[in-house]
Amino acid sequence: MNKEINTSENNFEQCIKCTVCTVYCPVMAVNPDYPGPKQAGPDGERYRLKDPEFFDEALKYCMNCKRCEVACPSNVKIGDIIQKARLQYSSKKPGLREFALSNTDLMGTVATAFAPVVNGTLKLGAVKSVMDVMGIDKHRTFPSYSGEKFVTWFKKHAQASQQQYSRFVTYFHGCYANYNYPKLAKDFVKLLNALGYGVHLMDKEKCCGVALISNGFKKKAMKQAESNLSQIRGAVGAGEAVLATSSTCSFTIRDEYEHILGLDNSDVRDSVMLATRFIFKLIDSGQARLVFRSDFRKRIAYHTPCHMEKLGWSIYSVSLLKMIPGVEFFMLDSQCCGIAGTYGFKKENYPYSQKIGDSLFRQISALSPDVVATDCETCKWQIEMSTGFSVENPISILADALDVEETIKANK
Amino acid sequence: MKFDSIIIGGGLTGLVAGISLQSKGKKCLIVSAGQSALHFFSGSFELCSAPGDYEDALATLPSSHPYSRMGVARTLELASGVKDFFLSSSIKLSGEDKRNHFRITPMGVLKPAWLTLDGYASVPSDRKMPWKKVLVANVGGFLDFHSDFLMAGLEKEGVECIPYIINIPELDRLRTNPTEMRSTNIARALTGNVLCELASQLSKAGAGCDAILLPAVLGLNDPENANSLKARMDIPVEFVATLPPSVPGIRTQLMLKAHFQSLGGTFLMGDTVNEGVFEGNQLKGIKTVNHADMVFQADNFILATGSFFSRGIKASSTEVFESVFGLDVDYTEERPQWYSPDVFEKQPYMEFGVRTDDKFRVSRDGNVLSNVYAAGSVLSGFNGLKDGCGAGVSILTALDVADRIANGF
Ligand SMILES: Cc1cc2nc3c(=O)[nH]c(=O)nc-3n(C[C@H](O)[C@H](O)[C@H](O)COP(=O)(O)OP(=O)(O)OC[C@H]3O[C@@H](n4cnc5c(N)ncnc54)[C@H](O)[C@@H]3O)c2cc1C
Ligand code: SF4
Ligand code: SF4
Repeated sequence: MNKEINTSENNFEQCIKCTVCTVYCPVMAVNPDYPGPKQAGPDGERYRLKDPEFFDEALKYCMNCKRCEVACPSNVKIGDIIQKARLQYSSKKPGLREFALSNTDLMGTVATAFAPVVNGTLKLGAVKSVMDVMGIDKHRTFPSYSGEKFVTWFKKHAQASQQQYSRFVTYFHGCYANYNYPKLAKDFVKLLNALGYGVHLMDKEKCCGVALISNGFKKKAMKQAESNLSQIRGAVGAGEAVLATSSTCSFTIRDEYEHILGLDNSDVRDSVMLATRFIFKLIDSGQARLVFRSDFRKRIAYHTPCHMEKLGWSIYSVSLLKMIPGVEFFMLDSQCCGIAGTYGFKKENYPYSQKIGDSLFRQISALSPDVVATDCETCKWQIEMSTGFSVENPISILADALDVEETIKANK
Repeated sequence: MKFDSIIIGGGLTGLVAGISLQSKGKKCLIVSAGQSALHFFSGSFELCSAPGDYEDALATLPSSHPYSRMGVARTLELASGVKDFFLSSSIKLSGEDKRNHFRITPMGVLKPAWLTLDGYASVPSDRKMPWKKVLVANVGGFLDFHSDFLMAGLEKEGVECIPYIINIPELDRLRTNPTEMRSTNIARALTGNVLCELASQLSKAGAGCDAILLPAVLGLNDPENANSLKARMDIPVEFVATLPPSVPGIRTQLMLKAHFQSLGGTFLMGDTVNEGVFEGNQLKGIKTVNHADMVFQADNFILATGSFFSRGIKASSTEVFESVFGLDVDYTEERPQWYSPDVFEKQPYMEFGVRTDDKFRVSRDGNVLSNVYAAGSVLSGFNGLKDGCGAGVSILTALDVADRIANGF
C-alpha cells in the first residue's frame, strides 16, 4: 500500500524536500556535526548511489531513533536509509568497544557467572579508567548483572507448572530481562499465568541484534536474526503469539530484520508483539479480565521510548496502566531520552546524549512521580541515572497492582 | 478500541475538529500519517483574497466553494468565533472585524490576510504602513530569509530600511553544516543568555527606527522566548515569515496538539489509516498500518487527510483518487485539463478533492456514507493558493462538521 511506483527499495525518491524531518531529529538539535535526516538520508543517498565516496562518516551520529520517519509526511524510510548506508559504506571497522557493547549475549553470560565480582568492578575507579580508554563514557554505570539468569530460574521454578494451562504464549525475554533484571521476566510470567496463559520460552533465544546492527556487525546480526526467526516460526506454527517486554526487541524483530537486514519475516511479523498489546487486545475484546488490588496507589508518569513511538504502541501500555484504579497518570511529552541503546555509552556521544534528554529529565523532576513507566530497558537506565527516579516496565507495574487470586478466578 | 469520533489527519483541520469535539465532551482519536502543512505556515490564516472588506467577496464565490455550500451567513458566524477558539489553546491571533488586513510575504509583498499570529509584522486594512523606518535584521549565514527582497518590497511601500546582520558566536556553531542552518535550529539556540546578547545588539543597531523586523526564528515550543526578547527592548520587534520549516507554524501545531491532549484526546502520530470496516453505508471502524488487526471504532468519522501535498488525494496517470477509502472524487477526467501549462496560472488540479453532500458527508460509488464527514483541504471546489482561503476552509469546515456531529444536525 505504501510502496509507490517507480521508487527504489528504500523509497528515497519519495522525499519532497519539505524539511519536516529536520525539525524532529533529536541529534541535529544538539550536535552541529550531524548533517541531519534529510541530508544524511534521502539527499545523501542520491549522491552515494552515484559514488560511494560521498559517504559521510558523520552518519554515525544517527541514533536510529526513527523520530524523523514518524514525522515525515511522505513516508520516506529515512532512518532505514541511514542505517543501511552505514552498514554498506562505512570504512570504519568496529573495534573492541563496539564488540563489548554489542555482544550482549556473550557479555551477559560471562558477567552473570561472576555477578558479585563484576557488579563491584563495573563501579570501580580502575575499571572506569579502562572504560574511558576504550571510549566508553565514565559517567555511565553499567546495569548490574543478576546472579541467576531468568532462564535458569524459569527452568528450576516455573517451567513444570506451565503444563497446567491450555493456552500458551512464547516469551522473547531479551538480554536485559535474562541477565540484568529477571524480575521483569518473572512479572511477565506471573501476569500471563494469572490471565490463564502458560508461558513457553524458545529453545535457543539469541539477542535480537539491535546493538550489533547499530555497531556495524551486520553478518553476526544476520546470523542471530535467522536463528531467532526460525525459532519464532516454530512457536507461531504451534499457534502461539511471541511476546516481548522490550519495545526495542519487538521493533527490531518486526521491522529491522526486514528493512535493514533484508530478511523476509512477513509470515511471522504480525505474531511478534509487545506483551501490553497482546494483553490489551484480550481485555478489549472481552476475552480476559484484570482485577487489581484495592490498596494500590501510585503516581505514574509514562515515557514513550523512540521505538515505541515508531511502533505507535504506547497506547496499549498507557491504556492498561490507566485501568489500575489507584493510579494517577501523567503522559510525558514524547521525546528521546538520549541513550539510544549503546549510543549514549560512547564517550563522544555522552554530552549530546544528556543534552537530548535534558527537557525530559526536567519534566520528570517537576512532576516528581512515584515511578516512571516505560517499555524500554535502556531508557530505564538513562532516566534512573539522570533523574534519580525509579523506572519500571508497565508489565511490572501491572503485576504489582494485580490481585492475583481474583484475576485467576476471573479468567478460569 | 472505541471512541465517539475518529479524525483521520492531524493537521490544522483535524486538530480544530478534535479540540472542538473534545471540548463538547466527545471522546476523540486523531490518527496522523506524518506532520502537516502547518510546517509551511506563513504566520497568517487566510479567509479569502479580498483586500479589505470580505463579506461581499464571499457572496461572489462559485457555488462549489465550501463557503458557498455552508452559506455566507454561517461562514461569517463561524469565522467570528475563531480568535477565541485559538485563544483557548493559548494562541493569540489578531485581525480586524470582517476586514482583511495585510501580511508581509518573505518577498516583501503585501497579501490580504484574515488572522495573523501575535507578534508578526502586518499592515492594517487601509494599507497605511505602520512605520517610516525599520531595521531589517537577519542572522548571519541564514539562507532561508532574504532580507534584500523584503527591503525592496518595503521600500516600494515607502518604508526606509536599514539592513543589519546579527552575529552571535553561539549561532556560528550551527554553520558547521551550512544546509542545516535552519529556522528551527536557530530557534533552539536563541534562548537564555543568547537572547540578552541579541537584545543588546538589536537595541544598538535599531536606534532611531520605528520597528525591528526579524525572521520568524524565535519560540519553537511556546512564545516565551519571543516575548522575553520584546520585553528587553524599547523598540517594537516584529516577525516576518521565513522559508520552511516555519517556526510559528510548528509552534501552532504543537500547541493545538497539546491542547487536544490536555482535553483528553488521543493522538496517534506517524500512523496511516489504510482500511475501513463498513456496514452498509456506515463506517464502523478503521484499521491502521501500526495497529494491523486492531479496529478503532467510532460513531462518526472525519476525513481531514489534506490534499495532494499530504497525500489525502492522489493521482495516477489516468485518475485522481481519495487515498484511504477510495471515496468519490470531483475531478476532470481528461488529463490534459488537469493543469495549465503556465505554472503561475490557476491550476485546475488544485480544486480536485472529495465529493461531499450539503452536510460535508462523503460518498462511495455514489452512495453517501451517513457517518463520514470531510473537512479542510481534502475537500473539492476551491483553490486555497489562488483564492487565498486555505486556512479559512480548514478551520471553518472543521468547526462546521464538529458542530454537526456534536449537535446532530
Ligand atoms: C506548503 C503549504 C503552505 C500553506 N501555507 C498556508 C498559509 O500560510 N496560510 C493559509 O491560510 N493556508 C496555507 N496553506 C493551505 C493549507 O492547505 C491549510 O492552511 C491547512 O494547513 C490545511 O490543513 P489540513 O489539516 O486540511 O491538511 P494538512 O495540513 O495537509 O494535513 C493533513 C494530515 O493528514 C495526514 N494524513 C494523510 N493521509 C492519511 C492517512 N491515510 N492516515 C492518517 N493520516 C493521514 C497527513 O499526514 C497530514 O498530517 C498552505 C498549504 C500548503 C500545502
Ligand atoms: S520529511 Fe520526508 S519528504 Fe520531507 S524532507 Fe524529510 S524525508 Fe524528505
Ligand atoms: S533516526 Fe533519529 S537520529 Fe537518525 S536522523 Fe532520524 S531522527 Fe535523527
